Amino acid sequence: MSDRQGSGHTAPGNSGDRSPRAALIGYLVGLALSVLLTAAAFCLPLLGIVWGPAVPVALIALAAAQMGVHLVFFLHITTGPDNANNVLALALGALIVGLVLVGSIWIMAHLNDTMMPGMLEQMQR
Amino acid sequence: MTAATVRPDVPISERGPAPKSIVIAYGFWIFLLSDFVLFSGFFASYAVLGSATAGGPDAKAIADLPLVSGETAVLLLSSFTCGLAGIALNARHARGFQVAMAATALLGGMFLLLEVGEFARLIGDGHGPQRSAFLSAFFALVGCHGVHVTLGLLWLTTMMAQVWAKGFREDVRRRTLCFMLFWHALDIVWIGVFTIVYLLGAYA
Repeated sequence: MSDRQGSGHTAPGNSGDRSPRAALIGYLVGLALSVLLTAAAFCLPLLGIVWGPAVPVALIALAAAQMGVHLVFFLHITTGPDNANNVLALALGALIVGLVLVGSIWIMAHLNDTMMPGMLEQMQR
Repeated sequence: MTAATVRPDVPISERGPAPKSIVIAYGFWIFLLSDFVLFSGFFASYAVLGSATAGGPDAKAIADLPLVSGETAVLLLSSFTCGLAGIALNARHARGFQVAMAATALLGGMFLLLEVGEFARLIGDGHGPQRSAFLSAFFALVGCHGVHVTLGLLWLTTMMAQVWAKGFREDVRRRTLCFMLFWHALDIVWIGVFTIVYLLGAYA
């Protein structure tokens, strides 16, 4: 394909040298996995097969898995050497997203904990 | 474009700059990652303010799961049809491309309609963004995703028009590939939204 000209890189979203048929099968596999994971996420709490307090963790695990499916089958991020740049950029993005999320939740929970009784009610007035 | 082939014998440092299509797609990938960082800020504020309901409805009260599963289904299908449009783009199959893109636009439009209906119902019930910090964070996060989908639809129809008017020219191809990255990325953000806002809200 014209996007691989010996530079040793592949652009994200580029499915490489695959035939249309192989590419279609890739998208179908991705869609099937996504449907499966989404259905599991929506049905899991209703089925009651997971211990109640573990449901949030299970839901987050399912979401992470589905994001992985989308990255691999729809955005064509692979572990190949020609994808190293894409994966490194993704890792930096994931690191910053993680820092923002965990940092905010941690700091704000800590601030809430160390508030004196009644301070929150006063602030909300 | 066909003259150059993969040359493993030449070290990467001596192969010269990567072709434009790769540089552009990689730059757009960096933008998408920065967009994820933007969304992480909205997710963080939602997580922090999720319990600040000020006597108004909480996440459990506003999570309409049948509606959300419908939104999720149409957005996921639109991501798939977008992939089909990508296959048609690579095969330079104009009719297949237009049909797949139109299906993507239709599904994306259905998602937006469902979301606008949900927002209208909440605001009509007096549960607008001004009701509580929780609802402000909710509308900011879900609304920001909705704005992205709206802009994506504009971009989508623009690419349909450009391919129709100019054909599969190299620059049109590059823009369309960037759009496809954008659309798939929006679906990834939606996974976070339906899990953290709706499912965790309803069940946790």
